[in-house]
Amino acid sequence: MKRVPSLVLMGLGVALYAACGKNPEPEAMPAPQANADSIAAAERARADSEAAAAARRAQEEAERIAQQRAADSAAAAAAAAGEVRNMLAAMIHFDFDRATLRSDDMGALDQKVAILTANPDLRIRISGHCDERGSDEYNLALGNRRATAAKSYLVSHGIDASRIETASFGEERPVAMGHDEDSWAQNRRDEFEILSGGDVLRRP
Amino acid sequence: MRADRPLLALALLSVYPTIRLFAQDTAAIDRGVRIGIVYRPGVRPGIVVLPGREPALDSVRAIILRDLDYSDRFEVITLPGGDSIRSDAPIPTPPRGAGAATGARARPARPALNYPLYRALGADFAVDVRLTGVDTTLVTVHDVAAGAVRRTFRQRLTSPGTPGYRLAVHRLSDQILQAAVGAPGIAATRILFVRDGKVYHIDQDGAEPKMVSSTDRQAMSPAWARDGRRFAYMEFAGGHGQLFAQDVATGRRVSVVTTGSTLDFTPAFSPDGKTLAFSRATEAGTDVYIVNMRDNCCLQRLTVGGFSDNLSPTYSPDGQRIAFVSTRPGLPQIYVMAADGTDQQLFAPFDYGVTGSSNAPEWSPDGQSVAFHRDVGGTLQVFVLDVRTRIVRQLTSLGRNEDPTWAPDSRHLSFVSDRSGYRQLWVIDLETGRIRPLLQQSGARLPAWSPRIPEASSGNP
Repeated sequence: MKRVPSLVLMGLGVALYAACGKNPEPEAMPAPQANADSIAAAERARADSEAAAAARRAQEEAERIAQQRAADSAAAAAAAAGEVRNMLAAMIHFDFDRATLRSDDMGALDQKVAILTANPDLRIRISGHCDERGSDEYNLALGNRRATAAKSYLVSHGIDASRIETASFGEERPVAMGHDEDSWAQNRRDEFEILSGGDVLRRP
Repeated sequence: MRADRPLLALALLSVYPTIRLFAQDTAAIDRGVRIGIVYRPGVRPGIVVLPGREPALDSVRAIILRDLDYSDRFEVITLPGGDSIRSDAPIPTPPRGAGAATGARARPARPALNYPLYRALGADFAVDVRLTGVDTTLVTVHDVAAGAVRRTFRQRLTSPGTPGYRLAVHRLSDQILQAAVGAPGIAATRILFVRDGKVYHIDQDGAEPKMVSSTDRQAMSPAWARDGRRFAYMEFAGGHGQLFAQDVATGRRVSVVTTGSTLDFTPAFSPDGKTLAFSRATEAGTDVYIVNMRDNCCLQRLTVGGFSDNLSPTYSPDGQRIAFVSTRPGLPQIYVMAADGTDQQLFAPFDYGVTGSSNAPEWSPDGQSVAFHRDVGGTLQVFVLDVRTRIVRQLTSLGRNEDPTWAPDSRHLSFVSDRSGYRQLWVIDLETGRIRPLLQQSGARLPAWSPRIPEASSGNP
């Protein structure tokens, strides 16, 4: 940025010097040559400086566009990562006292398979949860079955078993606090959380 | 004991058993309990705690009175007046040879009781509590029927509110019970339970709740060692379940070796305290394991479920067998195996396709019963399995009732019930069917009744 004005000033300076330098003897020597030379030099200098400025402007513009593009793509990547993260965290649900995967949850599970395939560094934990109706301690075993059922599905679709941990919290961590079927249905679930490798998530 | 009384009771029993059951069901607090329980009013001995002049002993008398009441072994007689009724006027001479010699240590100097008066009030026993010296309490158990002193004993008591005070009074109650009916009591016991993810204990009369789990992690499934000096429980840790054994007196805890990297839960001490059985959930399902607690070694898997879960082990008091829950019939039901894992078989019979899930077994201290809960029409009820006959009977029917735990007398159970509108701990006496709330706070669950607390660990942890 700084170079462009100084070059322009230099060009002007050269032109002024050329114009003023011959002042002591203007009548003795009309010296059109010298004048022609100095004009040419000034013009050359001006052309040079204009070219330089244009080049700088072009470069500046290119940089700005590049930066914009980078920012756009970073935002896009972040948005994609957020979307991927949400898809990964989408819970699946179970029938009462059952650990069998529901057909309406297969889409969500297939999405998780795709995400895990596209992000080979990603490691997750599946935790199984139950509603409050069953026995407190039996629910730990049931939650374990639910977590394991989801893991088996992911592993059978090509995900390395070592990338998935399972846990069970039984009925100890409900998401809905009511004592009705609506709340119970929400609480009978698997949660999916990222253990590591979730900093840069690619869209499948 | 008068001769006409047992005879009358026998007559009542043989003629009016159904009427008695009906009468019990009309009492609001007992309405949830009726099946398999025969209430026999009138056959329990009457007992009276004599009023005294020392106000310092008022709380001692109140605690003893409540303990005797909660033992459900007496008709507790409350006196209408104060000291006036305790007129020492006509001193009867105990009829020698009429059972007066049963352990009587009556001293001649001692003012005798107006035995005929208390006999008329229906008392078989009278308990006199008084101070002797600065801090020593002297308790005299009078055998009213025999007209003589049955037993005396002393106990040093610290002032009310100090650590160990209530437990010391509870021990007096147990001594009184032992002297009167010849059976050990349950007054000096405590109940562990879980509320809001923390482990607490409380005296069996509902006093002095105290938090004993030490971290912010969620805890579950407290279980006593048979010596009453330790208990075990599970704590969630980073998606896993870790087992701890904690000393009652010091509060120090140790994590059980070989656990902590999986989901381990429902610990249960073997009667000799050397082995801890527990449930371990892995991707292969849930199975029962044992670990040597003394040497912190030798993890052993007792069940191999594969497609079924096996959990919630409980030892028989002789240490020979383990009852547990298995889902091998499709729904969880109560199974039993030898302590080494062999000879696994169904324990509590059920009707396939009809009987609901059965869970949370606990073997009684006398070895004769296993209490558990079973799904009945979408809610849980407490059941008891007779080990010898394998007959199952339902104890509760009002509200949701779950997680029964035996008192050391094998006739009282504590359990969780929402019969009052919210989940809290209740106590039922299997002999009389009487039910009382243990706690008035909601959210308590997973109770574990202690053995009789030994003297050495009487200090509060």
